[in-house]
Amino acid sequence: MWSYEKRLQYPVNIKKPNAKYAQIIISQYGGPDGEMGASMRYLSQKFAMPDNRVAGLLNDIGTEELGHLEIVGALVHQLTRGIDVAEVKSSGFDKYFVDHTLGIWPQAAGGVPFNACEFQSKGDPITDMIEDMAAEQKARTTYDNILRLIDDPDVRDVIKFLRTREIVHFQRFGEGLRLIQDNLNSKNFYACNPAFDNGCGR
Amino acid sequence: MPHCNNQYELMNLINKLSFALDDTRLFLDTHPDNQEALEYFERTMHLRNRAVNDYTAKYGPVNQYVLNTSQGYNWNSCPLPWNGGI
Repeated sequence: MWSYEKRLQYPVNIKKPNAKYAQIIISQYGGPDGEMGASMRYLSQKFAMPDNRVAGLLNDIGTEELGHLEIVGALVHQLTRGIDVAEVKSSGFDKYFVDHTLGIWPQAAGGVPFNACEFQSKGDPITDMIEDMAAEQKARTTYDNILRLIDDPDVRDVIKFLRTREIVHFQRFGEGLRLIQDNLNSKNFYACNPAFDNGCGR
Repeated sequence: MPHCNNQYELMNLINKLSFALDDTRLFLDTHPDNQEALEYFERTMHLRNRAVNDYTAKYGPVNQYVLNTSQGYNWNSCPLPWNGGI
């Protein structure tokens, strides 16, 4: 169960709308390494995670990612708030606008819709942890690329916050992987599924 | 919308204290025996609870389970967080 707090984890106050920037940033809403995939990945993986500490970590990071999804949605919304049709056309936002007007919809910057295949939930603790670590770094790279493309300091400030969280999450998932491996026999834990195969890694 | 513009300072404090707890919680998930982190969480939690109670009494709700009904139903008054509200 979740309880909503009436605040963003990090405040978003964009003063200058820019639909071009909105089209770039929406990739972190519904793109391949975006916050929708991140939250759904961790909140799905938690169910089959046998180690309570790591299952709790997945729940807590998944919850924070929902907050990041809200932050990215707020960025896209405020970057398109109040824009007129002339700006829609001149910024190239028209291809999104025709289907969604100024509504927020999960897609990548290139227009590819969000798809659950952006993430995995494999039911193997080591596989899932390594996927999660890669996912955090992929998101960090995407935020780095956004920072290469965007000058507005109000937008950059929020993106920098989100970027640093990817690094912290990578660190925590690395520790989660270590907690799992410390409970297994290192001779064979890559050859079987410790969450399913009897005696695997014991 | 009374009080909508003079509450930013207190919400800013709530955001900072909440973030400190968010970050420490993840650390404690993988370091449950770290006494220093646990004590930091405890201290910060008390400061945050005080700030949230203060905010709820003066300006309006932060958490959906805690409303100050003497102000009427004010869950949706003031700009919403994603619209530059706080």
